[in-house]
Amino acid sequence: MATTAERPSVSAEQKEGFERAWSQPTGFLGMLQTIDNIPIAQRYLATSFGFFLLGGLLAALMRIQLGTPDNTFLDAETYNQIFTMHGTTMMFLFVIPFIEALATYLLPLMLGTRDLPFPRLTALSYWTYLFGGLLIYSSFLFGLAPDGGWFAYVPLTNKQWSPGLNLDFWDIALSVAEIAAMGAAAEIIVSVLRTRSPGMSINRIPVFGWAMLVTAFMIIFGFTPLIVGTAMLELDRKGLTSFFVPENGGDPLLWQHLFWVFGHPEVYIMFLPAVGILTHVVQVFARRPVVSYTLVVLAIIATGFLSFGLWAHHMYATGISPMALGYFAAASTVIAIPTGVQVVGWVATLWVGRPLWRTPLLFGISGLVIFVLGGITGVMVASPPFDFQAHDSYFVVAHLHYVLIGGTVFPLFAGLYYWLPKITGRMMDEQIGLWSAVVMFIGFNLAFFPMHISGLLGMPRRVYTYPTEAGFDTYNLLSSIGAFLFAGGVLLSLFNFFRSLRAGRPAGDNPWNADSLEWSNSSPPPNAQYPRIPVVRDRHPLWDEHWRQERMRPEETPARTAEAQEDVEQMAYWPTRWRGALVVSVTEGRPLAVVHMPRRSFAPFIMSVGFLVLFAALIVDQTTFMAVGAGIIAVALIMWFWPQDTETAAMEEMYGPEPKELPLAQAGPAANGFWGTCVFLLIMATALTTIVAGYFYLGGNVALDLVGSPAEPIERPAIAVGLLALGMIPVVAGIRAIGRRRLGLLRLGVTAALLLAALHLWLLIATWLGSGLSPSSDAQHSAFVGVAGFHAVLSVILLVMTAVATIWAWLRPADGRGHAAAWNAALVYGFAIVSGVIVFGVLYLVPRFG
Amino acid sequence: MIDWSAGAAAEQIGDLFWTMTTLGAVIFVIFCIALAYALLHRRRPQDPATPERDRKGTRLILWLGAVVPALILVPLFIWTVQTLAALDPRSQRPDLVVDLVGKQWWWEIRYRDSVPGNVFVTANELHIPVGQRVELRLTATDVIHSFWVPELHGKTDLIPGRENVTWIQADRPGVYTGRCAEYCGMQHANMGLLVIAQTPEEFRAWTAGQRRTAAEPRDSLTAKGREAFLGSACALCHQVRGTPAGGYLGPDLTHVASRRTLASALLPNTPGHLGGWIGNPQALKPGSRMPRVPMSREEFSLIHRYLQTLE
Repeated sequence: MATTAERPSVSAEQKEGFERAWSQPTGFLGMLQTIDNIPIAQRYLATSFGFFLLGGLLAALMRIQLGTPDNTFLDAETYNQIFTMHGTTMMFLFVIPFIEALATYLLPLMLGTRDLPFPRLTALSYWTYLFGGLLIYSSFLFGLAPDGGWFAYVPLTNKQWSPGLNLDFWDIALSVAEIAAMGAAAEIIVSVLRTRSPGMSINRIPVFGWAMLVTAFMIIFGFTPLIVGTAMLELDRKGLTSFFVPENGGDPLLWQHLFWVFGHPEVYIMFLPAVGILTHVVQVFARRPVVSYTLVVLAIIATGFLSFGLWAHHMYATGISPMALGYFAAASTVIAIPTGVQVVGWVATLWVGRPLWRTPLLFGISGLVIFVLGGITGVMVASPPFDFQAHDSYFVVAHLHYVLIGGTVFPLFAGLYYWLPKITGRMMDEQIGLWSAVVMFIGFNLAFFPMHISGLLGMPRRVYTYPTEAGFDTYNLLSSIGAFLFAGGVLLSLFNFFRSLRAGRPAGDNPWNADSLEWSNSSPPPNAQYPRIPVVRDRHPLWDEHWRQERMRPEETPARTAEAQEDVEQMAYWPTRWRGALVVSVTEGRPLAVVHMPRRSFAPFIMSVGFLVLFAALIVDQTTFMAVGAGIIAVALIMWFWPQDTETAAMEEMYGPEPKELPLAQAGPAANGFWGTCVFLLIMATALTTIVAGYFYLGGNVALDLVGSPAEPIERPAIAVGLLALGMIPVVAGIRAIGRRRLGLLRLGVTAALLLAALHLWLLIATWLGSGLSPSSDAQHSAFVGVAGFHAVLSVILLVMTAVATIWAWLRPADGRGHAAAWNAALVYGFAIVSGVIVFGVLYLVPRFG
Repeated sequence: MIDWSAGAAAEQIGDLFWTMTTLGAVIFVIFCIALAYALLHRRRPQDPATPERDRKGTRLILWLGAVVPALILVPLFIWTVQTLAALDPRSQRPDLVVDLVGKQWWWEIRYRDSVPGNVFVTANELHIPVGQRVELRLTATDVIHSFWVPELHGKTDLIPGRENVTWIQADRPGVYTGRCAEYCGMQHANMGLLVIAQTPEEFRAWTAGQRRTAAEPRDSLTAKGREAFLGSACALCHQVRGTPAGGYLGPDLTHVASRRTLASALLPNTPGHLGGWIGNPQALKPGSRMPRVPMSREEFSLIHRYLQTLE
């Protein structure tokens, strides 16, 4: 590691080579190949902001309709489609993608690395998100927009009561967008944990990084139940199962549990990134570090945990027992405390700081005021007796918009005003920004405050009209006026943005004299981001002790510049023939290894096209096109895993004659792929938990008579799981053989494991096919098929991965890329055994002995 | 303004609500003052961010952000649990039990009685005796609905395949408007019902009237009207007790003329609206399960006349 003084110079040739390695492909085809986080994040930001405007347009239509009583501007059918799509758009197509886009752009810059850990996954997330969004909006063209509400309660959304394709669009197109969210979450987790600058130990991660880390875990744990739930709903709608069909023993409340176990954490998934943004904005504009970094981070983590324990407060009116009401009321009240800590923390920071009035702070403060009011009404609706009145009334509409617009939209605007200069290189206008904030604040309160009252007066949500006798007229008119004022404020900021691109003052590296690493880079940053990987020694790398003690106006005292940074010697403008980045240890941020990053690829785009074709075909039940889509996905997968030239170059250079201080990580716990597989398994474990919970919720062992009965032998499934468990021996032997370079053993190990896994799956499927299950007419059987089906899908994935590892082991036993495949297959193998044991226990042992 | 004083349940919720609102308003104002002071107060020129100050700050945050809120929230929670216990439908024996079945987009109401012959069914108009605890057994036959009469009590959902229980009690006579609060499809907005609280005497009289079978036609024109009704598609979905019309998909029409509203509290029950509703329900309530039944002008006026006699 070297500082400026002793930094060895880098030849022009090397610099050029480095920049070539990190150059972006150009042209239209280049655009489809790009996998760099910066251009993708820009598209992501633009697309999601586009969906925000669309969602806002839908809101405007609703406010026109509700502005006057008995209005006929929209008919019932259209209104129902519009309110469904407003919620769906804002939740799934605006907020989540937008914060993920912001993280995609900022995390590498903030953490001091060159890209996200899985660049192709970044591109895949973006394309699937775009296609999913377009697919769901295409339903408007056919007049088949979803109309079941963003919560899609069954039985209303069952085939019987919603026979049109509307709900299939919602179910399936949304799944495409959810794949994107999960991909981005995996990316964020590995990024924050593994790809930071050296020296950025876990207690020096910027608060935004912490917030995104917790958010990403919440996306994994929250979206998985939703995907499982929507898959169950779609299977029901296709007539294959009856999880939610009351006539067949299904339970509509199961859907509500699955939906809200996603839906409530979702609120905090949207809020926590805003906590990150607000903390940055508050400390930069208060010109001091946030008063308690530790408390703010702990509060973020606590919120993440608690948010999974209070989903049923959306279900107080469903007749759940008083005991459960009490528990969920307590949990919902307790979550006010970490939030209180955060809010007091910000106020305290401003109190002891020297606030500098700039637009980002103004948006932050406006959001905070609104959010606190929403939080107070949140504590109120957490109390079941009051919620019996407020639930599903306009009071809740007011509450949730106070929380989401105050707690997310305003902070996002604060974040945009704060970071856009970094992204575009130009400052936005302060005056227009000020007006925008003021108009949005007034418009917001005018729109949403009266809704508290109209709700308590008896106005239910999701009504397309109301009679004048009901007495809601004045409040609704005010709401409509306010909504348009708010929209005007948003448009002002939009204008400000476009104006700044043309006429904005150049931003310079650090216009706010901020503390975090991204501001040491140029605005906009180069594609490689950090040709020299900085070394971090402080929680606020750009603020030195002197600056913090003196509290000078930031305009007067420049923060630390890039030149003052130490950097990692080996990584300075290196490597030049391939893209390389650094991985560090999770807690200390000790540099561990160099990883190879892919440079460009068509595979993500092609795979997303495959998803689009497959899922569109699923909506309209076109088997041929489903096959075409699956074929495209298969082609893309082969392209994805096809050996890359640059990886060969990396292996030549790293394993070559010149020894390097940091080794190349290709396989095993140092490699990003290993961590990515771990996240994948976390997703699968969540899915398994969800499905098993659903199985027991539906009565579970009532299927006793069918599968658990003594007449039905359990020997075959027991043998199958035993075979799978036996496979762990060759797997472990094979993995250990890699380290000892005994490649013959690796070959034998993976091959044996493959055969055992295949035999196990064959035995299980043969058993299940002979069990006489009729899931389409019996919810118990559906539950059985759900659990069994999960294990079957997991086993197929396992087979494919083990097969890939086996092929590599036979063809190129010494190749590190093959070792990565073997490691990943081994991880999945281990999980498949756990899954096998659980599935066997749930399906066969519990009905017998439970 | 918000008036939750008509029934015991709503009153208790109202007390909790007003206390929480007042408390919330006070906290919000204190927060705003603190924030304004934090932003605007004059600063000393030197005010370094030392570790010691940060430790003090942390303690302060824990006190104001965690301890003080907890001290406020714990008593509120205890009150919440007490109110919940008081609202528990099983905490007291009811004076009267009524079944409420939610349907797209109307309410079927069945008054239970220990004498099977005394059970009767009506729609969209729930009569209750003042001062008596009425237990409602809630279920649905199609999708989820939610019963909400804000002046009397909060919501309880009507869920297919389950039976939920709630109760209401009105302390003074009057007509209270209720609405479906769970989105239940196209006409969710027009799924109202009326709760009519009457003195026990009036209520007894009303029940006696409802138990009777339909009025016999008093003149030949009405008799022809009944024939037309029975011969039309109407009788396939509607029941008129005392006649062969025994459909159960639509509301029971035995005493339809005695009800105040039509189409689930959408229209006042006047001859004009009744005519409009029979003639073209889809124009008044698009998507309604009641189809437009083609009929001649003569048939129409006969049926129209007959229905008006079903008091």
